[in-house]
Amino acid sequence: MTDVSLVHLGRAFGDKWAVKDLNLEIASGEMVALLGPSGCGKTTTLRMITGLARPTTGDVLFGGSSVVEVPTERRGAVLIFQQHLLFPTMTVAQNVGFGLKMAGMGKGEINQRVEEMLERVELSGFGTRKAHELSGGQQQRVALARGLVTHPKVLLLDEPLANLDANLRITMRHLIRSIQRDLGITAIFVTHDQEEAVMLADRIALMFDGTLQQVGQPDEFYRHPRTASIASFFRSQNFLPGTRRGNVVSTGAGDLVVGHNVADTGDGPVVVTARPETLMLSNRPGGENCLAATVTSAIYMGTHTQVFVQLADTTWTVHAPPSVTLETGDQVLVELPKEHIWILEDDSEA
Amino acid sequence: MTSTPTPELAPGPAQAVSERLLPERRQINWLRWATVTIIVVSVVLPGVSLLLRSFAFRWHYPDVVPGEWGLDAWAYTIDDTSRVFESLGNSLRIALLTTTLALLVGMPAARALGQHQFRGKRVVEWILMMPIIVPALVAAMGIHIVFIRLGLTATVLGVSLVHLIPATPYFVLVMSSVFANYSPALEETARTLGANKIRVFRYVTLPAISSGLLVACLFTFLISWSQYVTTVLIGSGILITLPMVLFPFLGQGNAAVAASITLIFVAPAVMVLILTSRSLGRGSTVMGGFGKV
Repeated sequence: MTDVSLVHLGRAFGDKWAVKDLNLEIASGEMVALLGPSGCGKTTTLRMITGLARPTTGDVLFGGSSVVEVPTERRGAVLIFQQHLLFPTMTVAQNVGFGLKMAGMGKGEINQRVEEMLERVELSGFGTRKAHELSGGQQQRVALARGLVTHPKVLLLDEPLANLDANLRITMRHLIRSIQRDLGITAIFVTHDQEEAVMLADRIALMFDGTLQQVGQPDEFYRHPRTASIASFFRSQNFLPGTRRGNVVSTGAGDLVVGHNVADTGDGPVVVTARPETLMLSNRPGGENCLAATVTSAIYMGTHTQVFVQLADTTWTVHAPPSVTLETGDQVLVELPKEHIWILEDDSEA
Repeated sequence: MTSTPTPELAPGPAQAVSERLLPERRQINWLRWATVTIIVVSVVLPGVSLLLRSFAFRWHYPDVVPGEWGLDAWAYTIDDTSRVFESLGNSLRIALLTTTLALLVGMPAARALGQHQFRGKRVVEWILMMPIIVPALVAAMGIHIVFIRLGLTATVLGVSLVHLIPATPYFVLVMSSVFANYSPALEETARTLGANKIRVFRYVTLPAISSGLLVACLFTFLISWSQYVTTVLIGSGILITLPMVLFPFLGQGNAAVAASITLIFVAPAVMVLILTSRSLGRGSTVMGGFGKV
C-alpha cells in the first residue's frame, strides 16, 4: 500500500520545461491517468516517478518519504512500455520471473509464482515459448504479468493499449483493471486517448505543455471542464462567448439563464458551453434557453444524428435522436437546459 | 544484401501465383551452388595446395602431387631460429590487446552513434571512417615520433595502439548497427524490475548484442592480426609479428617454409570462424553499416 505524491515536480531540457511545477496526490490503490497530447510531458513525469529521469525541481514521495535519491532498481516502481516489451533472449517464464530472480528468490518459489501469474493472465503453458512466438496481445499480457509478479509498490504504464486492436484493448483494459484492483496496487498510466483514460482511471490528471490543467474524476471533464481547451480535448466544440450578469449570460444568439452549479466566475466576459448530448432541438418558441439557429449539416450516425448548427457566429454540435431528419439551411431552436450549461473562464481561443 | 522488393501478387488462381514464384526459387538454388563453388575454389583448394606444398621436398611442373615428400619445412618452422613461435606469441598478444582497446573505445562510440541523434553526427561518422579511406600508415608515420618520445615504440602496447587506427572503424561500424536495432527501453524495464546497472548489462544488454559483439571483435582481431607496415614501423623491427616472419618467404624464399608459416598464420582465423559460425549466421543483420532502423 503506497500513496504517491508529486510535489512541485519539474524537469527542464536546456531552458525548456518539459514538466513544470506539477503537484499531484495519488492515493494508495488508486488508478490515475496522466492524459494529454503527445509531447505534453506525461511520459517525462512517469520517468521521474520511476527514477529513470531526474527531476530538475521538486520531489517524488512514496508513502510519505522522498525517493528522488533512491535508484530505479530499489524504488519498487515497475514501468511497462507500449513496445519492446519482452526480453528477446529469454522464454516467457524467464521474462516473468526476471524481477523475482533479481530480488534473489529461490528457483522453486520463482517457478511457482510465475506459474500462478501466467494463469492469472490466461497464459498457462506458454512458459517455455520465446517472446517472438507470441502475438502482440499475448506479449502485452506477459509484460503485465512480469511487472505484477513482484508485487510492486507502484505500477506505471506507458500507453499500455496503444499497439493493440480494438477488441484486444477491451480485454486488456478489463484485465489490467481487475488485477490492479485485486492486488490493490497504486497505478499511474500515461495515455493520449481520452476515452481510454475515462474508462480505465479512477481519476484523470490532464496535462498540456508540461503543466497540469485539471485533476478530477472522469465525468468532471465532460460536465465541468475548467477551460475551453480542456473541453475541446474532450471533443466538445460548443463555445459561445457572452457577458455574465448574475445568473444570466447575454450572448449574440440571445440571453441564457444558467443554473446554480456553475463556477463563480463573477460578472463580465465568459464563454458558455454544453455537451452535444445534453442539447435538444426544440419547437417551443419563447421557451427558456431556446436559441434560434441555422442547420449547416446533419449526419446520421446510427445511434444519433449529429447536427451542426450556426449559433450567432459560432458552430455548435447537437446530438439529436436518430429519427430526426434535417436539411442544410433549416431554421431550428436549440434548447440548452440550464442544469447542463457550464461557464468557462475566457481563455484565449474560445 | 539489399532486400529485393517482394513481387506484388495479383489476385487470381493459385496456379498463376506459383508460376510467378518459380523463377525466383530457381535463381536462389543457382546462387547457392555458385557460392559453394566460389568458396571451394578460392578457400578450400588453396588450403589443400598449401598443405601439400608444406610437406613437399620437390614439386615440379606438371606433377599434380609433390614428387618427393619431406618434413624439412616444418622442422625449420618449429625451430627457434625461424622465430615463428616468438612472433606467433607477439601477434596473439597484440591482437588481443587491440581487441580489448577497441572494446573500450568503440562501445561507447557505437552506442552513441547507434542510438542517439545529435548535431554533428555525420561529421563524427566521417571522421571514424577516415582510416578506411586514408592508409593507416599515414597516421602511423606521424605518431611514430610521438611514440619514440613516449617510449612506446617496440612495445606491445604501442603497436596495439597503432593497430587501433585501422581496426576501430570496423568495430564501431558493426556495433553501431547492432545498437541501432536495440531498444534501451529493455534496459529501463529491467531497471524498474529491480536489476542494477551491472545486472542489466549481464542479463539484458549482453545477450542482446552478443552475436554482433562477437563479429566486431573478430573483425578487430583479424585486422590487427594481418597488419604489417604499421607493425614494422612502430615495432622498430624489434617486435616481430607473424606477418613479418612470413612475408620474406613469400617473394623469393623457400616455398615449402612459406606454406607452413602461412598455415600457422591462417589457423587462428579459421578456428575462430568455425567456432563462431553459428553466431555469424544469426548476426547477419549486423553487417548493415550505421543502422537507421
